[in-house]
Amino acid sequence: MRSRKQKRLFLVLACGICLSAATGLTLAAFSSTLTYFLSPGSVLAKKPAPGLEFRLGGVVQVGTVATTINHGSPTTAFRVTDGTASIPVTYTGVLPDLFREGQGIVAIGAMTTGGTFAADEVLAKHGSTYMPKDVEQALRKAGKWNPKFGPPPAADTWNTMPVKSTNS
Amino acid sequence: MIPEIGHFALALAVAIALAQGVIGIFAPGLRDARAMRAAPALAISHFLAITAAFLALIYAGVVSDFTVENVADFSSSAVPLIYRITGTWGNHDGSMLLWCFILSLCGVTVAVFGGNLPASLRARVLGVLGLISGGFLLFTLSVSDPFIRIWPPPLDGAGVNPILQDPGLAFHPPVLYTGYVGFSVAFAFAIAALIEGRIDAAWGRWVRPWALISWCFLTSGIALGSWWSYYTLGWGGYWFWDPVENAALLPWLTGTALLHCAIVVEKREALKAWTVLLAIATFSLSLSGTFLVRSGILNSVHSFAAAPNQGLFILALLAITIGGSLLLFAVRAPALAASGFYAPLSRESALVLNNIFLCSITAVVFVGTLYPPFANLLFGIQLSVGAPFFNQTVLPLAAPLIIAMGIGPMMAWKRAALVPVLNRLWLAAGVALLVFLVMAANRHIIAALGLAGGAWVVLAALSDVAERVRLFHASPSVTFNRLLALPRAAIGATLGHIGFGVMVLGMAGMTLATQSVIVLKPGQSTMLGGYKWTLNDIHDAPGPNYSQRVADISVADNGKVFLNLHPSRRFFSAQKVITNDAAIHTNGFQDLYAVFADEPPGSGGAELRLNRHPLAPEIWFGGLIMALGGGISLSDRRLRVGAPSRLKKPAGAVA
Repeated sequence: MRSRKQKRLFLVLACGICLSAATGLTLAAFSSTLTYFLSPGSVLAKKPAPGLEFRLGGVVQVGTVATTINHGSPTTAFRVTDGTASIPVTYTGVLPDLFREGQGIVAIGAMTTGGTFAADEVLAKHGSTYMPKDVEQALRKAGKWNPKFGPPPAADTWNTMPVKSTNS
Repeated sequence: MIPEIGHFALALAVAIALAQGVIGIFAPGLRDARAMRAAPALAISHFLAITAAFLALIYAGVVSDFTVENVADFSSSAVPLIYRITGTWGNHDGSMLLWCFILSLCGVTVAVFGGNLPASLRARVLGVLGLISGGFLLFTLSVSDPFIRIWPPPLDGAGVNPILQDPGLAFHPPVLYTGYVGFSVAFAFAIAALIEGRIDAAWGRWVRPWALISWCFLTSGIALGSWWSYYTLGWGGYWFWDPVENAALLPWLTGTALLHCAIVVEKREALKAWTVLLAIATFSLSLSGTFLVRSGILNSVHSFAAAPNQGLFILALLAITIGGSLLLFAVRAPALAASGFYAPLSRESALVLNNIFLCSITAVVFVGTLYPPFANLLFGIQLSVGAPFFNQTVLPLAAPLIIAMGIGPMMAWKRAALVPVLNRLWLAAGVALLVFLVMAANRHIIAALGLAGGAWVVLAALSDVAERVRLFHASPSVTFNRLLALPRAAIGATLGHIGFGVMVLGMAGMTLATQSVIVLKPGQSTMLGGYKWTLNDIHDAPGPNYSQRVADISVADNGKVFLNLHPSRRFFSAQKVITNDAAIHTNGFQDLYAVFADEPPGSGGAELRLNRHPLAPEIWFGGLIMALGGGISLSDRRLRVGAPSRLKKPAGAVA
């Protein structure tokens, strides 16, 4: 017959092992899988290494979307802007239904050595007035839009628009 | 007029709910028998008032009363009747009302069927439910009122979001909410028990069915949601580790743990404090899951539009509910005397192990889901935690859980021996090993592990039943009689485990999926997954409130056409939205999945995404079997007979 103390020891041991396994796994996975969010402006400033995966967010610049078909697979090239800078993006595959010019999107992928962002995945959110939260923050940082003062201006005007000072 | 009645009923419900809360919680302390008897009556009238409000909102939707802002924004006269009804809860304000309605339904069930509960316990449980309901009704009434009128009314409403115009999603929220909200009863029982300072087997027998019902609904709700995203979003995936999905998964994990440790309280009166803590944690995760996503704190790819002004109110409610209950737990839990002794190798220990693993997985998913908003708040960096993180952390923790799942149910209570248990499992272990070796030889290591794990769980559960009915060791009639005599709780548990195993098989099969994105002109074909897919034709077709372009694809195996798929692109003119309606053919063991993604200008053809998904249907079959197992377990004799009557061994009678 084991004593109550021994039983408790078994419990504490089992919990300890599991907890440390969970912590270890979390830390290990964090160091290798966290993806940062960057706006086009911060991509140009920080110059992430080619091949490093991150999320690029911004608005699809009007008049830049072009689709070509290579070996039967459609490849779309476009530029994503946050108003201060824009980055060329290529994506092979099916774009979301709501992908269109002037729409806020988030693309997941990495820079190529040629300075193009190769996206593995493109997310666009449903709703005509919706702006992804990260993109909204990037636009505010760039001084292009403050959501307190109504809907965002048309995306094609952003690169030429003077930066307004906002009180945010 | 009707919306005003609804609005008034809603205000009335707030008052009744708060009265129910205050009277229910304080009456037992004052030993006021009349006040304690008032609690069930208040719960019933509370339910009636919310029902009136809810029906009024549905009525406004059905008759398309566009003077109500909620209807004008989320419905239109062209929307079919069924979606005018379901559209009532397809938006933030309406879904709040649905949430409160289900909560009051839970309360009224306790009030009506709780006649055999001690009067003080029943009053306290109803009191806790009343307070929760009162808080959220107050929120609905003051910040997200679904009955607000607009003037002048628009000629027509803005219409239902086309993506929500789908039977799968129409019934997804009520099922999921019933799952979330059902845990409020287990929570209320936990709080009531903490106030009373007493927990016994009868308490466990009351909490378990409630945890079980909610768990069944939550399981079905998650499966429905996953199925919906699989066939409507057209991404061909079933789980994205999106915050909304994680928000549902977290209470499911702790709810599963609660389900298992409530057995220990019921049978052995051990693990009491832990069970109470799990009940609190599960409902807290349900609440924070529902509302953190709503308040816009968690950033999700598919959720309701964020409403920041409501965030603070919700956060305050969450802080009071969760913080208050944890504080009460910290003060009162030491009073819950532990009893029941068990050896490290026993059914109790196996269930503890199950709980440890499930809670570790919960912790990992919780950290992964909440780290991004915290990092943004504390360090001002924007980052995201995606599927790779969850795959790397959850899978290693799930693997030992899956192994233990096969062994645990065969252990005896109090103290068990490992050798006889393992003796009964060599067949399951052998088959699993064989599956692993065959798949590993083809270099599909992840699929090999998954398929072996799924086979192991299913076969281990089956060998447990085979042993109990003495299959092949007794005459068929004896076996059959023994099968009928098995307690339904045992059948339910076995089905639950089999369902999980089947789901694991499906997920493992999905890792072998093949996909191709391709532009085809009519008449052209491509090879994928051993089949020849030919685009025959693209044509227009009419729809009720949309127009559509349909692609006609035929699939051939060795030159023989065995299937025609018709994926379409739908144009909803009211919202100027295009959706892709995927065509999915299933034979029960694999899905052929085609999406008509686009008609690229100048190509003269259609951009298609073609997928072959081996074993994909098993993911949802598995979920269904799990929920079914829960349902059967719920119909067990001892749960029907009622809580306080002493548990007798179920006689051999056919129940």
